[in-house]
Amino acid sequence: MRNQARLGFYLLLTPLLLWLGLLIIIPHIDMALLSLRERVGVGRYASSLANYGTFFGEPLYMWTFARTAMMSVLATVITLIIAFPVSYYIAKMAKGRTQSALFLLCLVPFWVSELVRTFGWMILLRETGLFSSLLQWAGLADGPVEMLYNDAAMMVGLVYTSMLFMVVPLVTTLESLDDAVIEAGYDLGGSGFSVLREIVIPHAMPGIVSGSIVVFMLSLGNYLTPTMLGGKDSLWFTELIYSQFIVRFNWELGAAFGFMLLFLSSVIVWGTLRLTGQTLEKTMG
Amino acid sequence: MATDLDCNTLTKRFGDTTAVRDVSFSVEQGSFFSILGPSGCGKTTIMRMIAGFLEPTGGDIRIKGKSMLNVPPNKRPVNMVFQHLALFPMMNIAENIGYGLRRAGLPKPEITRRVGEVLERVNLPGIENRKVDELSGGQKQRVAIARCMVLEPDVLLLDEPLGALDLKLREHMKIELKALQATFDTTFVYITHDQSEALVMSDQIAVMNGGVFEQVGTARDLYYRPDTAFVAGFVGDSNRWRGKVEQADGDRIALRTAEGLLINSATQGRDLRPGEEAEIFLRPEAIRVAHDSADLAQFDNRISGEVSSLLFNGAASRILVRDEIGEEIEVTLPQSGEFANLAKGAPVHIGWGGDQTTCFASRG
Repeated sequence: MRNQARLGFYLLLTPLLLWLGLLIIIPHIDMALLSLRERVGVGRYASSLANYGTFFGEPLYMWTFARTAMMSVLATVITLIIAFPVSYYIAKMAKGRTQSALFLLCLVPFWVSELVRTFGWMILLRETGLFSSLLQWAGLADGPVEMLYNDAAMMVGLVYTSMLFMVVPLVTTLESLDDAVIEAGYDLGGSGFSVLREIVIPHAMPGIVSGSIVVFMLSLGNYLTPTMLGGKDSLWFTELIYSQFIVRFNWELGAAFGFMLLFLSSVIVWGTLRLTGQTLEKTMG
Repeated sequence: MATDLDCNTLTKRFGDTTAVRDVSFSVEQGSFFSILGPSGCGKTTIMRMIAGFLEPTGGDIRIKGKSMLNVPPNKRPVNMVFQHLALFPMMNIAENIGYGLRRAGLPKPEITRRVGEVLERVNLPGIENRKVDELSGGQKQRVAIARCMVLEPDVLLLDEPLGALDLKLREHMKIELKALQATFDTTFVYITHDQSEALVMSDQIAVMNGGVFEQVGTARDLYYRPDTAFVAGFVGDSNRWRGKVEQADGDRIALRTAEGLLINSATQGRDLRPGEEAEIFLRPEAIRVAHDSADLAQFDNRISGEVSSLLFNGAASRILVRDEIGEEIEVTLPQSGEFANLAKGAPVHIGWGGDQTTCFASRG
């Protein structure tokens, strides 16, 4: 009986261990080793920190690195600002069927692939696209307007892609807030703003932080949206990694870049958790 | 006497259903007023209208003479103790109680002083830095009341705040609430479906059913002189029959139940004519039990029968007495010792005065 239980335990554990080992741990160890070696001759390698040296020595790399981080933070903040009222409406104001319908509407865009969604934005924003024609028809623009290939277009794409991952944790935490607590806030003399600041936001904090972490990570690691919607100046750090691996065939430098990105996201997530006084267990549990 | 709260022909409709219909009442300053009714009778709707969370469809609410229509909840001089208390879980006790004072823009030292004072008054000094979930049910209750009372409202609304407590604590809190009300000398409006809470604590009770007030009066009025069949059935326990008036002689009438039991009763001023259908109420504690029928000579209702069932419940023990025609009557068993050996099937005599029976003409 005990042996059977133990067998069951291992059987259940195996897929997890396989997944973690084969897809996460082994590739990362390999990547780490790769990033720490330098090619010194044909087929000859020596271990060194030269790849990281290259990263810190080249302003374009550093600049792209910092810009990607800043833009991801900005995308997270914008997503939060848009998603919060939406989530509040879904969780607290909408009732019954409307509630589930609205929730479903947030989900619908994710039934098509990210590629198709991004193409959708291209159809809307390009020179011969819908918005451009509309502006010309309304007489607000003299000629075709190009709205693609800049930071704003990229930001729109990033926020749109991330929306659901912010709305879901927010709706969940806001739903757990008792309506009577909000009413008590008003009853004791609070205004709408003070109820939001002192009651709703502190309660929703775990949802805000977990949603922000997910959105931030997704934005930071996004490749498709910055490539398709961003312009020449909107270089994303993932594009650098891609070009090192695929275009330049410099796997060593690409691996070092990959580790810098991992380091960056870890530091920013850790910093945010410290700053907001939340713990990973509390936000993810 | 000055009134703190006046409601005038208050009406609330939700779509086609009328939750509250033309309710008018006044609450005297410093008194304990209860609204008692079964769930769904509209009592919570009244309370939410007074607090400002619902807009009345018609009528007026005045607090200290000032109309509260179009005044938002955060500007009204009323505060509410919610059913599940709704303490702010993200704040400690001092922050919870100080919330309203902070909103009123009081300076910090003043807030600290007043929070300390109010905690003293509810007998919980020194718990300022505790968290909400570290308190027991009774302590939370007192903190919730303190959180409202620190703002010195004209009227305190309480929405079944004892509902979530266990029985022993509830009994204790009833007495404590009444004492707190006396300490603060504030008008309390209390809503409940539990008649014993209302009867014990209130100066005035309104019994509500189907969106209207059936009767407003003191606990004694409701118990001894119910105005309607609903009040007679809702407040206290009763033996209940339907019957027809057979004879009317001044203020005395004789009724016969569907089973054939003849009951003599007083009309208590109600107009009941022979042949009319009536509802008859008789409290189990108003009936005398005797071993010998001679002891019941002074009563105009006397029945001999046997004990068909013993319902032992300590002080509130009862017996069911079945008479010859099969009618069963619930009778409170005196705990003075003479009936300690009463067993099922034992012959017993019961009797009561006609004044103890209450009759109402059947509606419809």
